[in-house]
Amino acid sequence: MTALLETRNVTKVFGGGPFHRGSSVTALNNLSLTIEDEPPTITAIVGESGSGKTTFARLILGLANPTSGEVRYRGVNLRQLDRDQRRQFLRDVQVIFQDPYEVYNPFYKIDHVLEEPIANFRLAESKAHGRELIVDALTTVGLRPEETLGRYPHQLSGGQRQRIMVARALLVRPRVIIADEPVSMIDASLRATVIESLRDLNRQFGISLIYITHDLTTAYQLSENIVVLYQGAVSEVGDVERVVKEPEHPYTRLLIGSIPRPDPKHPWGIKDNVPDTIDKSVGWQKGCYFANRCPEVMKICREKIPPLYQTAPHRATACHLYNESPVVESETLNKIFIARS
Amino acid sequence: MNLNILEVRDLHVHYHTRLGAVKAVNGASFDLHAEERLGLVGESGSGKSTIALALMRLIRPPGKIEGGQVLLDGISLLELSEEQMRRVRLAEIAMVSQGAMNSLNPVARVHRQIEDALRDHGVKQTKRERAEWIGELLQRVGLPPATAEMYPHELSGGMKQRVCVAIAICLKPKVIIADEPTSALDVVVQHQVMETLETLRAELGASIILIGHDMGLMAQTVDRIGVMYAGDLIETGSIEALFNDPLHPYTRLLMASLPSLEHKEAAKGIPGLMPSLLNRPTGCPFHPRCPEAFDRCKVEEPMLLTVQPNRGVACHLHSAEPAEGEAS
Repeated sequence: MTALLETRNVTKVFGGGPFHRGSSVTALNNLSLTIEDEPPTITAIVGESGSGKTTFARLILGLANPTSGEVRYRGVNLRQLDRDQRRQFLRDVQVIFQDPYEVYNPFYKIDHVLEEPIANFRLAESKAHGRELIVDALTTVGLRPEETLGRYPHQLSGGQRQRIMVARALLVRPRVIIADEPVSMIDASLRATVIESLRDLNRQFGISLIYITHDLTTAYQLSENIVVLYQGAVSEVGDVERVVKEPEHPYTRLLIGSIPRPDPKHPWGIKDNVPDTIDKSVGWQKGCYFANRCPEVMKICREKIPPLYQTAPHRATACHLYNESPVVESETLNKIFIARS
Repeated sequence: MNLNILEVRDLHVHYHTRLGAVKAVNGASFDLHAEERLGLVGESGSGKSTIALALMRLIRPPGKIEGGQVLLDGISLLELSEEQMRRVRLAEIAMVSQGAMNSLNPVARVHRQIEDALRDHGVKQTKRERAEWIGELLQRVGLPPATAEMYPHELSGGMKQRVCVAIAICLKPKVIIADEPTSALDVVVQHQVMETLETLRAELGASIILIGHDMGLMAQTVDRIGVMYAGDLIETGSIEALFNDPLHPYTRLLMASLPSLEHKEAAKGIPGLMPSLLNRPTGCPFHPRCPEAFDRCKVEEPMLLTVQPNRGVACHLHSAEPAEGEAS
């Protein structure tokens, strides 16, 4: 069976070329990931800003072209979709962007963003039916339709606007939703509710999710498998339960240690030994991208890029500390993933 | 020593809209002790940012401070003239907000933006003194001196936020209001920026009001916390007391809604929504969502009462002792 959506060794390099000699940035490096039509899955892509997670979202949505490798939808390269396939792609793959302030046209009432997909995909038989669908979708994401419809974007909070985007994505009943930081601007008491409704989308409507975030806590709550990115490369991947509870890569440990726990007795953990004020981006570099910040850096780290070592059946880590484990052979990360039980 | 640097009494702030007055802050009273780190936590629309703006007297129409008193080191801020208040701002009470980093002038170098603040407050310095002072400020917020010559677009988010912190502390204020200062930053950077902020606060001997919605950040960075709901301060207490034994049902549910790194799917959102501030429910504003609400909650608004030493809660479950003339 062909996969619904897959990336094959995608790499995205910004800059470079004849006019930018020497200043190219590899935003994403050789990532292969597959989303099958069935069963629905939830995969978290986690990293800091600059890790390439949003670039990945843009590539998989066809909003940017990979420098090398390809993105395929039902076996066809995104660039080669014909009109009908493209239409189907636009319906099957929905997105929720990070910034709920920029996705709205301030001159339109918010009803517009909800009516648009209904008209585009002819989802409703009548105007009243369309209204019904909108009201249902808004209620599903915890909004009061009567207080939301008819308003302009500036009259709503960021959290409300973001939930409207979730409702919009839900309206078209897609196969997969790419959610780029969907809850980072939503309040704590509602965050759990939104996470819950995303999980419901997955379980009830069978929609797969790619959950892109910097927040390991919600990634842990929502996903089954996690891909931790650093500077565009996979640093750790696998069963979220194991990765979060026993992180192997020093970068994953730093990320988890930096989370302020809601518990005064659990002091704030390890701190980055490199100040945030120096440029951490890497240009051309021989070894591991994390070597400059790594507390456990060894000689080999500055000489050779670590491959992904399979440290357990459902996890792999790109770190020389684990060089006794076998190198992951397979092309796609999905071979490492744990399947839904 | 419990000297209060800031006293807020019965503060009311309303936004006047076509549909009526939105009561964003509804009689908040609290103290900020000298060198204390106070957290104000609440969801969006709870009034926490409005309190921050009111303390800075930066509420703009259609918003209006309707009543109350704000005493900063004995000075009643709400009675000052606009010009007097302008001088107090930054010099005595400064603010770092969530979007502060986007408020930097994109076409001015960093040093000019700091100079603007100094000049506006009539700090008389020679060019050289000023350059030295700016260099020192940048160093104190953890930025290399070369940053002074850079433009905002050349800086990362964390660095821009540090420039804003530098501006906020340039006149050594007594009170720093930090309104979600790190919510736009990565967690690793957040840790570093919060640590810098705390070091500076301690050096200046200033007090800080940290405003936010992240209970985790509160647990790690403040001494005392006030929980806000629908414009009301509903619970106050030391961070340990509040986390060990939350008294108000809202606080309890809020704690239970926090996603954890230990247990999956344990977090429960709070059902319902915060009431519209246009027409607040009668009685306790939380009663429509409260699992423990009883008849009295629907009619009588609970006051913030001191129920234990240094702990206040506005909930009828905890006001059993007959308060002011209560007959039963």
